[in-house]
Amino acid sequence: MTSGAAVGIVIVSHSAKLAEGVVELAGQMAPEVVIVAAGGLPDGSLGTDYDTVLAALNEADQGAGVVLLYDLGSARMTAELAIESLDDQDSALLATAPLVEGAVVAAVAAQGGADLTEVHRVAETAGAESESGPESGPQPQVAEPATPAVQAAFVLTNGVGLHARPAAQLARAIAGLDAEVTVRHGEQSADAGSVLGLLGLDARAGDTIAVTARGTQAGEAIERISTLVETNFGE
Amino acid sequence: MMGCDASAVIRAVRAAADVVAEHRDELVELDRVIGDGDHGENLRRGFQAFVAAVDSAHPATPGAVFKLLATTLISTVGGAAGPLYGTACLRAATALGADEELTAANAVTALRAGLQGVVARGKAVVGDKTMVDALSPAVDAAQRALDAGADLLGVLSAAADGAEKGAESTIPLVARKGRASYLGERSAQHLDPGARSSSLLLRAFADAAASR
Repeated sequence: MTSGAAVGIVIVSHSAKLAEGVVELAGQMAPEVVIVAAGGLPDGSLGTDYDTVLAALNEADQGAGVVLLYDLGSARMTAELAIESLDDQDSALLATAPLVEGAVVAAVAAQGGADLTEVHRVAETAGAESESGPESGPQPQVAEPATPAVQAAFVLTNGVGLHARPAAQLARAIAGLDAEVTVRHGEQSADAGSVLGLLGLDARAGDTIAVTARGTQAGEAIERISTLVETNFGE
Repeated sequence: MMGCDASAVIRAVRAAADVVAEHRDELVELDRVIGDGDHGENLRRGFQAFVAAVDSAHPATPGAVFKLLATTLISTVGGAAGPLYGTACLRAATALGADEELTAANAVTALRAGLQGVVARGKAVVGDKTMVDALSPAVDAAQRALDAGADLLGVLSAAADGAEKGAESTIPLVARKGRASYLGERSAQHLDPGARSSSLLLRAFADAAASR
C-alpha cells in the first residue's frame, strides 16, 4: 500500500438511493475512507451505468486501489466491464458479499490501513461471519496451540455499550494488527474485526465482555481495547 | 453475392434497431412477467443511441461497426443486456479484426466469439433460461450451414432459425440465472426475454442480408 492512502470503496447498485444509503452507513464507521456511490442510471431510473461506475472507480482510487461491491447480477457485470477497461486492472477488485455488511466490513478494514487484497478478503468473508462467531461452530477450538492466547475481561462503562460507533471503533482499533481477536459476551462470541458481529453480541452498558487475542500482537490488541473501554469510547 | 462491407453492416444494425423498437412493448411485457420489465426499453435506447452515433463515427470495417455497437450498448443499456450484448459485440469485433467484409466464414467465427463473450460475462449455460439458450443453437446451426457450403445469407438464416427454436425452448424452463431465477418454479411457462431479443436480432441481420 502506498503511504497514507486508504483503499477506496465503490458501491454499485441498481438504485441511486440504495447506493447512497450504503455509502452513508459504511462511511459512519470509516471517516477517512473514500466511499463512492455508483447507483442508478443518469436519468434517475433503476439500472447500473458503466460510465458512472468508471467515474466512481477513478474518484475512489487514492493510490491504494479500490474494492467494489454490488447488489444484483447485472451490477456485477457492469462492474467487471468497468474494471476491465482500467489501465491497471489489478488496482480494482470486485467482492461478492452481502452488500451492506460487506461494505461496512470493507470500510472498517480500509480505515484500519488494510491493503487492497485484505480489504477484498474481509469483504468476501462478511456473510460467513454473521451467522455465528468463529468459536461457536461445530469444530472444537484447537487451532494453533503454538500461539498462547492473551485474555482479558472488561466491564462496559460507556452509555451505549457495544453499539454501532463503539463497535466500529473497536474493530478499527485492532485492524492491521497481527492478532486474531475474539470478543465473548455471555454465550455469544464474535470476531472483533467484524462490526456486525460485535453488534450481534448485544453487549450493553454494565455488561462484561471477555476478549481473547492470539498472534504476535495479541498483547497490543488487548491494550488498545482496554484503552478504548477505559476512555468510554470517547463518549 | 455482393460483398458485405461496413456500410452494409451498418444498414443491418439500423434495421435491427427498427426491429427492436417495433418489439419494445413485447420485450417489456415478457420481462415484466419474470424480470424487472426494462429489457425492451433498455435495448431500444441502446440501439437508438447507436443510430444517433454511427453517422459521426463512420466506422470503416464490419469489426469497427460492432465495436461501436458494443461501446454504445455498454454505455446506454442499464440492465444486464448492456454488459451481455456489449461483450458479445466486443468479442465479435475482435474476431473480425480488420476484415474489410463480412463473409460466411468470419460471420460464424464472430457469432461464436460473441456467444463465448456472453457465457464468460453472464456465467450461464444452455438450459438456464437466458439468451445463451438462443445464441448457442444459433452458433451450432450457423456452423452446420457453413460446413454444408452456405453463403453469408445462408449462415445468417440458419443462425436466426436456430435462435428462434432455442428461444422457444426456454418456455418450459425454470430460470437459473438473472432476475427471473428469484422466481424459481414460477419462471416456467414463460418465454425468456433475453432469448427472445437474441432471436429477433439474428433474424433482423438475416433479413437485412436477404434484402441486399
